[in-house]
Amino acid sequence: MLLTASLLAALAVALAWPVPIVLARATWTSAAPGVALLLWQAIALAGGLSMIGALLTYGLIPFGDRLIGALVAFFAAIAEGALPSGANFFQMFALSGAVLLGVHLLLNLAMTFVRASRQRSRHRQLVGLLSAPMPERPGTRILDSAAPVAYCLPGAPRSMTVLSAGLLELLDDEQLRAVVAHERAHVNQRHHLVLLAFRAWRSALPWFPIASRAQDAVGVLVEMLADDRARREVDDDVLAQAVALVASADDRTDGEPAIGRRDGIAAASAASVGRRVARLVERRSPLALPARIAVGAAAVALVAGPTVLLILPTFD
Amino acid sequence: MATLGELERATMDVLWDAHEPLSAGDLREALSRAGGTGKELAVTTVLTVLSRLENKGFVTRDRESRPHVYRAATSRAEHMAELMHEVLGSAPDRDAVLARFVGQVSASEAEQLRKLLATD
Repeated sequence: MLLTASLLAALAVALAWPVPIVLARATWTSAAPGVALLLWQAIALAGGLSMIGALLTYGLIPFGDRLIGALVAFFAAIAEGALPSGANFFQMFALSGAVLLGVHLLLNLAMTFVRASRQRSRHRQLVGLLSAPMPERPGTRILDSAAPVAYCLPGAPRSMTVLSAGLLELLDDEQLRAVVAHERAHVNQRHHLVLLAFRAWRSALPWFPIASRAQDAVGVLVEMLADDRARREVDDDVLAQAVALVASADDRTDGEPAIGRRDGIAAASAASVGRRVARLVERRSPLALPARIAVGAAAVALVAGPTVLLILPTFD
Repeated sequence: MATLGELERATMDVLWDAHEPLSAGDLREALSRAGGTGKELAVTTVLTVLSRLENKGFVTRDRESRPHVYRAATSRAEHMAELMHEVLGSAPDRDAVLARFVGQVSASEAEQLRKLLATD
């Protein structure tokens, strides 16, 4: 299993560092946000799998040649309370690492989920008290605020689209339709779940590009996906105008009390707005089908690779 | 007065605009007036709404007085500020909560955006 462990470790290192950096710089992702998003998910999943898998297979070397058999032997050894004669300190250290990392990742996911639902339910209560329902659009509420904002609040029993009075004033009907279609796409495509998973991933492994770059990139990609859905209902130019108007209009709203705006988050979000508008205005054609299929296949191979390595009988 | 949610909102509107704590009876009157339907709300309905709002922390109840009187725990403006802070703001994990249409950009970037659109 030493060979398996080495292969998995090499994959884990590649996916944790160079691969995400290269992919984050790639420009083809704007032309194919759907498969790009799939690829990021595959990288994250395969990365986690190979990190834990490498530690596990290395640690289980004294217990057998195949993962399942070695696990059975390992638990038998625990029951007996004695290690096999070949076991060394480093292998036990790797095993503890595998368990700790696995628990750490799952706990982070659970905690991120709980925290988000709690915040969301508090936010929902506030919106319920401070906004009026829009009679002609079910599931849409109008917030009495001068800042032009639009967002969706995913969740049960039904998701909510919130528009501000400032936004209604800023945009014409057609532009507004673009905004609503965009927000609805986020909800229908369950983007909040993807974002949540990557947020948890980042809070679990904050120092690795696999987590930090991934979260930023995924944030932009879901916006592009929602844009693409909105483009089916409105003209590209209308959507581009709506994005640009809302993004630049914040400058003019000074009625709101001191809100920490455009620090920190500004750089990432500004770059994403520029990329979104550019792809709408330049009308770049989507990535060719063969290329998209290739990316999809790469994503599948990424997840299948470590899985097969773990399950298959070893060759050494 | 369709749903419980709308009734809660109407109740908060009355409490936010009131300058003094109100009893359930006062609230029922004000709500019936605001509703404009002429249909009287049951006091028990008003009490239900008030206790829900109290549980959520939006309303405080003065148990010393008879009948109990209620007031808004926090002003409308403060709640609005809290909400907008989450929407616009610097809360680091805000996008886990909501997906906003567009983030904000700086003045120079806004200028670039306008140029991008103008070349069209």
